[in-house]
Amino acid sequence: MALNIMQLAVKFADKNPGITQGHRLCPGCAAPNVAKFALMTAEALGYTPVVGFATGCMEVSTTIYPYTAWNIPYIHNAFENAAATVSGVETAYRALLKRGRLVDPNKKYAFFAFGGDGGTYDIGLQSLSGAVERGHKFIYIVYDNEGYMNTGNQRSGATPPGSQTTTQPVGKKLPGKIQLKKNLVEIMASHENVYVATVSTSEPMDFFKKIEKALEFDGPSFIAAMSPCVRFWRVNDDKAVEISKLAVETGYWPLYEVERGVYKITKKVKELKPVREFLEKQGRFRNLLKRPDADEIINELQEYITRRWERLLALEEATKDKPIR
Amino acid sequence: MPEVKNRQAVTGAQAVANAMRQINPDVVAAYPITPQTPVVEYFAQYVADGLADTEMIPVESEHSAMSAVVGAAAAGARAMTATAANGLALMHEIVYIAASSRLPIVMPVANRALSGPINIHCDHSDAMAERDSGWIQLWAENAQEAYDFTIMAIRLAEHEDIRLPVMVNFDGFIISHGVEVVDFLDDEVVKKFVGEPKVKYPLLDVDNPVTHGPLDLYDYYFEHKRQQIEAMKHVYKVFNKVAEEFAKISGRKYNILDAYKVEDAEYVMIALGSTAGTIKYTVDLLREEGHKVGVIKPQIFRPFPKTELQGLLNGRKAVIVLDRSASFGAEAPLYEAVKSSLYELAVKPQLGSYVYGLGGRDIKIEHIRKAFEDAFAGNLIADEERYLGLRE
Ligand SMILES: Cc1ncc(C[n+]2csc(CCOP(=O)(O)OP(=O)(O)O)c2C)c(N)n1
Ligand code: SF4
Repeated sequence: MALNIMQLAVKFADKNPGITQGHRLCPGCAAPNVAKFALMTAEALGYTPVVGFATGCMEVSTTIYPYTAWNIPYIHNAFENAAATVSGVETAYRALLKRGRLVDPNKKYAFFAFGGDGGTYDIGLQSLSGAVERGHKFIYIVYDNEGYMNTGNQRSGATPPGSQTTTQPVGKKLPGKIQLKKNLVEIMASHENVYVATVSTSEPMDFFKKIEKALEFDGPSFIAAMSPCVRFWRVNDDKAVEISKLAVETGYWPLYEVERGVYKITKKVKELKPVREFLEKQGRFRNLLKRPDADEIINELQEYITRRWERLLALEEATKDKPIR
Repeated sequence: MPEVKNRQAVTGAQAVANAMRQINPDVVAAYPITPQTPVVEYFAQYVADGLADTEMIPVESEHSAMSAVVGAAAAGARAMTATAANGLALMHEIVYIAASSRLPIVMPVANRALSGPINIHCDHSDAMAERDSGWIQLWAENAQEAYDFTIMAIRLAEHEDIRLPVMVNFDGFIISHGVEVVDFLDDEVVKKFVGEPKVKYPLLDVDNPVTHGPLDLYDYYFEHKRQQIEAMKHVYKVFNKVAEEFAKISGRKYNILDAYKVEDAEYVMIALGSTAGTIKYTVDLLREEGHKVGVIKPQIFRPFPKTELQGLLNGRKAVIVLDRSASFGAEAPLYEAVKSSLYELAVKPQLGSYVYGLGGRDIKIEHIRKAFEDAFAGNLIADEERYLGLRE
C-alpha cells in the first residue's frame, strides 16, 4: 500500500497521532517528532500502533503519573530492555490471536520500540540484538541525540568526538571523547534478516517511506533517527530541523537503507558540505573549536565521513539485487 | 517424556516442566542456567512435540527473559519463565518491576548459590536476594510440592485481590535433578483448576489504551507501594482457599506452615525447602529416643507467616532455625524473620541460629541431631550464628 500525501495531510492535521499534546519535553526537542512521524505513518496506513519505550528523556517527559501523553497502548519497562519487552508484547499478540483471546483480532497491529542512543547503542544493545535475531515483527526506532540527555548530557557510544559531555568533558588536557561514533546501523544490518534505515525529520517524505517499508517488511526493522537535543547541543529551540538537514548535507548522517543486505542511499548528496559547518553551528563543540588540536580532530572526523560515504556508494553498487537472505 | 501417566518417577525439573505443560501458558521465555536448565528444556520439547501450544521466546539472557515476560503479561498473556542463581540476579531489576506493575507472572526457581566464587549447587542466596522484591515466595520440599505449587501459584498470582508474581522455589539438584515418585493430575483437571487467565488493563486492548510503567514521582509512588503492601496481606487468605480447592482435586492439603510433630514438641526446628524432609526423618529418630521434637517448614516465605508462627511457637522450650544462606553483617534471613516474630510472644523460647549447606554442602542427620542436642542441653545463644557441616 503506497502512502499518499492526502492521507498524511489528514494525519498531520490530527495533532494527536499516538503521542499527544501536553508532554513535557523541552520546546524544540526533535524526539517527539520522531515518534509522531512514525506513528502517523502507521495510522495513515491503517495500522494500530502499540509502543514500548526505554527509559530516557522521551519516556520521563510523556508519562508523569497520573498524566500520560499517549492515547495508544504504551509500555515502559526499564532502560535497556525496550526491545525485549516489545518482543514479549509481540509474542503475546501472536499467542492471544492463536487462542482467540485478542480483544480485537481484526485490527492490524504494529509494534514499535523506541529508545534513546544510550538505551540502544550501549546498555540496550544486547536486548535489541537478541530481539532482532529472533525475528520478532517489530520496528525499533532509536532517537539519536548523541548522548544521555535525561541524566544531563553524558557521553554515549553515539557521541561524536569533541562534543562537550559531562562524563568526558573537553578540558585543558583532554579533548573530550576521542572515539568516533559507534556505527550501530552497520551492526544492526549485520543481523541480515532485517530492514535497517537511517532517517531525519528534515527529510519527512524519506522518513515516511522508510517507516512504510518497515511496516510492510516481513520481520524486524531498525530505524536510526537523527534527533537533535536542543538543550545540550546548545542550539536554539527552532533549530532541530535545520541542524538535522546540515547533518544530512555534510554526510554526517547519511540517509540510506539496508534491506537484507542490499544497500541503498536514499538521498544522494551531490557534494558533501564540510563537516566543520555542522560542528560550528552548535555550542556543544565550542570548547573543541577553541583547542589547538581542533583541526586534527575535525579532520579525522571529516576523513571518516568521506570514507564512509564512498564506501556506502560502493556497497550500493556491490549489493544491488544481492540480498543476503 | 512421552505420554504422562498419573504416577511417575521423575526429576523435580520434569515435574515442574510437566506442570507448565498442563498449565499451557500463553508465553514462556526460556534461558538456561544450571540447575534450572532441564525445566526449560523439557518444556521446549513439549512445545516442539505439540504437547503444549505455548509461544516460546528463546531469549538471549535472563534480563531479557524477565523483560519479555513483563511485556507479555502486560499485553494480556499468561506468561512464565524459570531461572536460578545468577540468572535470577541478572533479572533483579525487572523482578521488582514485575511486582510493582502487579503482573501475575509465575516463575519456578531451582535455588542455587550466587557467585562468587562460581558454584552451581544448592543454597538459598538467590531467592533471599529477592525477598523484598514484592514477589510471593513459595518453597517446595520435594518434587511433588514443586509440581503442586507451580499449579497453585497461577491461581494465587492471578487472584484479583493479589495480582502479584509468584516464585516457586525448589532446591537445585536436590529437587531439580533428584528422581522421586510424583502423582500427576490429569491434564483436564489442571486446565480446569487454573482456568482462563484473568487479565486487567491488557496493553493489547487497543480500543481502551493504557499507559504501563509510567514515571511515578513522590506524589504517587508511596501510595502505589502501599497498595503492593496491602496486596501481600491477602495472600494467606487466598492461599488457604486455593489450597482447599487443590486438596479437592489432588487429595493433598497444604497449609501455610507445614508443621510436623509440633503439637507437643518442646524443641522445634524451622527450615525451608528440601532439608525439612531430612529434619522430619531426624525428628522421627529423636522421637524414638524420647525427645519431644518437631519441625516447621514455611511453605511461604514472602509474605512472612508471622502470626501463624507465633501461634505455633508460643511456649516452646527452644526454636532452632536453619538457614541455607547467610546475610553478611547481619543475622541469617530466616532466623532474623523468626526471631523478630517471637518478640511479641508471652513465653519466648530459646533461640538458635544455624547456617548450613552453602554452595551445596551436604546436610546430614548428624548435623541436625547436633543442633537439636545443643537445644536439649540448653546451649543455644540467640546472638550466636553457628554452622553445620563446616570445616573449622
Ligand atoms: C540500569 C540503569 N542505569 C542507568 C539509568 C539512568 N538513566 C536513565 S535514562 C539514562 C540515559 C538515557 O539516555 P538515552 O538513552 O540516550 O536517552 P535520552 O535521555 O538521551 O533521550 C540513564 C543513564 C537507568 N535508568 N537504568
Ligand atoms: S534535554 Fe534534549 S533530548 Fe531531552 S527533552 Fe530536552 S531537548 Fe529533548
